[in-house]
Amino acid sequence: MAESRLPEYSQPWYKRWAGMPGEWRSRWRGMDRKQRFKVDIVLRAALIVFLLWVSWPLALFVAGLIVIQYGEPYLPARLQPYGRFLTPTVVVIVVLLYPFYYASLGSMNILGDYPVLGTMVVMGVYAMMAVGLNIVVGYAGLLDLGYVAFYAMGAYTVAWFASVQFANHKLHFGAVGVGANTPGIHISVWLLLLLAGLLTGVVGILIGLPTLRLRGDYLAIVTLGFGEILPQIARNGDDLGGFNLTNGPNGITPIDPPGIGHVNFLTGSGSFWTSERLFFWGVLLLVAITIFSSLRLRDSRLGRAWIAIREDETAAAAMGVPLMRTKTWAYATGAFFGGVAGAYFASFKQSTFPGDFSFNISAFILSMVILGGMGNVWGVVFGAAFLAFLNQQGLADIGHWFNDTFGTNLDVPKYQFGIYGLIIVLTMLIRPEGLIPSARRRAELHEGVHDTPLYDMRGAVE
Amino acid sequence: MATDARSEPITRRRGFQPADVVPWIGLLLVALLVFWLIVNFVKTPGDFVSIALEGITLGLVYGLIALGYSLVYGILELINFAHGDVFMLGSWISFAVAAQWLNLGPDSAGATVIGGLALTLLIAMAFCALLNASIERVAYRPLRNAPRLAPLITAIGMSFILQDVGLNRLGPAPVSVPNILPTGAVFTIGGIAYPWSSLIVAVSAIPVLILLVWLVQRTRQGRAMRATAQDQEAAAMMGINVNRTISFTFLLAGSLAGVAGLLYALYSTNIQFDQGFTLGLIAFTAAVLGGIGNLPGAVLGAIIIGLIQQFNEGLSWHAPGSDWTQSIVFAILILILVFRPEGLLGERTPEGG
Repeated sequence: MAESRLPEYSQPWYKRWAGMPGEWRSRWRGMDRKQRFKVDIVLRAALIVFLLWVSWPLALFVAGLIVIQYGEPYLPARLQPYGRFLTPTVVVIVVLLYPFYYASLGSMNILGDYPVLGTMVVMGVYAMMAVGLNIVVGYAGLLDLGYVAFYAMGAYTVAWFASVQFANHKLHFGAVGVGANTPGIHISVWLLLLLAGLLTGVVGILIGLPTLRLRGDYLAIVTLGFGEILPQIARNGDDLGGFNLTNGPNGITPIDPPGIGHVNFLTGSGSFWTSERLFFWGVLLLVAITIFSSLRLRDSRLGRAWIAIREDETAAAAMGVPLMRTKTWAYATGAFFGGVAGAYFASFKQSTFPGDFSFNISAFILSMVILGGMGNVWGVVFGAAFLAFLNQQGLADIGHWFNDTFGTNLDVPKYQFGIYGLIIVLTMLIRPEGLIPSARRRAELHEGVHDTPLYDMRGAVE
Repeated sequence: MATDARSEPITRRRGFQPADVVPWIGLLLVALLVFWLIVNFVKTPGDFVSIALEGITLGLVYGLIALGYSLVYGILELINFAHGDVFMLGSWISFAVAAQWLNLGPDSAGATVIGGLALTLLIAMAFCALLNASIERVAYRPLRNAPRLAPLITAIGMSFILQDVGLNRLGPAPVSVPNILPTGAVFTIGGIAYPWSSLIVAVSAIPVLILLVWLVQRTRQGRAMRATAQDQEAAAMMGINVNRTISFTFLLAGSLAGVAGLLYALYSTNIQFDQGFTLGLIAFTAAVLGGIGNLPGAVLGAIIIGLIQQFNEGLSWHAPGSDWTQSIVFAILILILVFRPEGLLGERTPEGG
């Protein structure tokens, strides 16, 4: 090449800055284990110092996790096999008890107050959806831009079978807190969660069968198309040949809450089992199940087939992985979790409207997966919780902080989708593997494994 | 030739194969569509013709956007998601220049309108071209060797950013643009007038399309573009500056989006911050329908989509109506990708199917 690289000092400042992440990365690559360990320690210490400035309980929590991570190898040999359960146990206990101490945590710098329970429920629901999308995008490497369709399907399933929508039919089965004379179909929401998941899975298969043959970016567009069609059917569904399926733009409300025994999640029972706490623990249970299944699926035969397809479709096919069936399963399982999450969310909000299911939600969930780290369940859960928190209450608080600090008068939530867009672009440019990457995915993204499709001769010849 | 012999199936399949039905389903759908059109034509011929004219006008505007998708896809094999939003910002800047800065309106004199619109056109084209090229520079070029989904994801991110800019400039509600073009009737068919504004929009789209075809087919730069689209490495070895050619393609696509933005603002007299998303997808569908990467195909597909949209919203006999326009367009997109991924004019490549 004719142009030679200018020495660093004579490069303009923006080029020096733009090159920095790449430079750090190449330095990191050149290090041996000991050096990397030192850098790791320094970075983690810096993180703790930063979090201390944000809020000390958060810093304490993260510091605890880091101590566990480094302390694990020093456990007595007898306890070694249980070491890997240490982190999940601590996290589960801290989160389970969250309703009892969150009010006394004070507030965070910049980020404002700790999330209230209602926000936590939304964060949990988004975490479920993000983990579901992660199966499609992160494991199988199929870009799905219409994930909101599955969310809508789940929400409408629970809306049909646990509300007064079909007032001409009367069917009560296990619903808690619904008067015996209420018209309409009322089935226990817990059963409906499963039903919603299954129905959505079927929808996922139906969408997948004709489209999964397509190449990556075409698939993305087709899923986007489905993601637009389904909400439009919901919007126009109040008169499908004279039949009112979805109640049109007015949505379906009220939807029954879930219940246990005689305790209805909406009214709660006494000062301990309040409504918010019940919904919070409910979503926690679902998130735990989702994460567990997702992890087990990843390590199963099917999950390994997904990862094989993501890494190299041609090689996977040559090894005997049935492409269509494996991809369709990825779609169905991803859709299943999306449906369950949508159903629980609708039951929590007691309503579902066609306006809730725009493309923005799909892209929002996608940015959670990308920010957290495609393929890594923990990263995705973190990304989902963080972005959902920002969306629910954090962004407004950040706006207050920003305006107070810089004396401006910006309405920050107005810029929210610009901010998400910026997050997506910056993540892809600077750290395409996400904040908490899976080692495998990181290697792929940096070594440039090409997802050349099968039978693409142009790609094969290169 | 040897290749011919190889393309023959080695074993002849016997009996019923599900895949055999697929083309027939496609033909059946097309036949139903044609039947529906004929019935409508017989019932209300006047309406039919004027709606068709409006459809072609709208289709030409879509065509300008679809060409932007097609150009970029042809050269980078990237669906430039942000293109629709560049078009939206083109509408916005046309509105800002023509209606707010130059104060053009229904009462302006003829010469003022022509001069003002020419200036607006130049500004909109330059703005969108630069915007599109800088998006390529910032968001796509660093990822040229990354897995192919990476630039697609940044494209979505850029689309979000631009849409947010539009939201903050235009506000959440639709903004109405004054009738700058004359709205009187050119001619009247079956009681429905075809206004001058539509005619002007249609007539001004055509020279742009011809210019584009000339540029791609006949000039040196166009040849460089086609060479880069075929094989970047070989093009580079032949002395073509690949990066500059790609930048030029984005400039070209952006300026088309600028023209489309102005024409759309004049034609629909209503602009909105999310028009880039909806119309962008419609235009993308048009590009796929015609065969993506194929420039005449994009225009043809756009005219077909414009016709279908107007027929759907305007015809009286069993038309689903404007509530379903988006669903119909996306259904067409899905059906095309399933039945004929190479599009109407595209050649069959292994990539789509």
